[in-house]
Amino acid sequence: MATIRTRMGDGSDVELTPAELRQELEDGCQAAVKRGKVDPLTEDDFQYLLEMFTCPSRIWGVQRGNEAILSKDGSVNTLYSSRLSSGAGLPLSREQCIRTFETAFAFDSIEVGHTDYSVKPVKPICTLEQHHVETCLNSTILPLFYGFMPNLGLYFQPDGPFPNPSDLLPKGQIAEARAAQEDAIRTLLEDLKWMTGMMDTVGADGFNYDTVASTGDAEFLATLKAVEWASEHTTMGVEVGMAAEMVLGFHGELEYDGVRLAGLWPHQQMKLVEKAGAAIFGPVVNTNTGKTSPWNIARSVTFVKACTRDAKIAIHPNVGMGVGGVPSYEVPPADVVTRASAAMIEVGGADGL
Amino acid sequence: MGGIRTTGDLVARMQLKGMRLKEAKEYVAGKLGVTPFDLSDSTQMRTLREELDIGVVTGVPGVAKGLAAKARIAELLGIEINCVEKLKAKMGL
Repeated sequence: MATIRTRMGDGSDVELTPAELRQELEDGCQAAVKRGKVDPLTEDDFQYLLEMFTCPSRIWGVQRGNEAILSKDGSVNTLYSSRLSSGAGLPLSREQCIRTFETAFAFDSIEVGHTDYSVKPVKPICTLEQHHVETCLNSTILPLFYGFMPNLGLYFQPDGPFPNPSDLLPKGQIAEARAAQEDAIRTLLEDLKWMTGMMDTVGADGFNYDTVASTGDAEFLATLKAVEWASEHTTMGVEVGMAAEMVLGFHGELEYDGVRLAGLWPHQQMKLVEKAGAAIFGPVVNTNTGKTSPWNIARSVTFVKACTRDAKIAIHPNVGMGVGGVPSYEVPPADVVTRASAAMIEVGGADGL
Repeated sequence: MGGIRTTGDLVARMQLKGMRLKEAKEYVAGKLGVTPFDLSDSTQMRTLREELDIGVVTGVPGVAKGLAAKARIAELLGIEINCVEKLKAKMGL
């Protein structure tokens, strides 16, 4: 019997029979249905995924006419940074990289961001960042964002002033852990608003809050409030890219618009991000390295389809190392990256990546 | 979608204004006088972009670049582009 060669979630090779492939797709889909309480994929969706995985071609793509928009997180760290950003370590400036992404790579939009890609470290060097945004805006044509991670974790000791919930929670000091997060939110929010406003003053087209909720529900709340502020006080379009598929409840009782934030899945996160006034939402679905790529991609597009079905704003799922069905490996294989990308658009209904 | 090689930058701008992909493509196609399918065709769009003088992906002397291209894009699409507005403010326009 002919087998189908594909990958595991860690990037290693695996061979499946056609029946095994179908089972993997169904199991992945059901995994999303069960956890997120979302609708399953249709038979047409499964037929598309079967055709995609059984095709022996290394590279897969969307049908002509169905091309979608690329937005970027991590700025141009991909080219000039080190492996800490899966970067190629090239001796290029950020402006050279931005121009390369625009012309050689034909990106639809791009982002200026600092190598230390969080709001706390870039706040002291804001004028340098503004200068780079301005000079790039003078010479580029594509929409130019500024981006960073809110990264509430940097506000806790030892990196920041507030007591660390990770130290307090194991001691059973839940009230103290919650108080620390509530205090940290206030400071983070002021930093988010200030930096966002500074980039608006120099003419940025958009702003990207990346890996949102990496430190759980408190960080998600601060970001939603920052999106509200940005949509009211600036002319920039705001993109919110999540850190993980579910919002972790380090606080557990924080709410936005009457909705508890802890435990939210992508389609639920989307509604709040949309309500806050963002223009683009980037859901994340985490890759399970112990499962096959068909399982992971089916699970990912099931979650994303639940987002795109009801969204009024553009949905750009994160499709990168370890997310969106892509293997969690430093050099993700193109045979799976292209399949995950196309499936997000053709099956998941994504407006971009 | 191909960025300035095709019209991905224009469709991206409309997404930033709150449109989903289908709506953004239809809007841009309407402004350019083409079909949404054509928007991703690099053969057609390379020529059209030079005719409209809204910036092209290759290095062509005399074709609008940077802010000049974005000023023309803002007019073509009927939108405000932040950095173009900043330039107008500096020029007293």
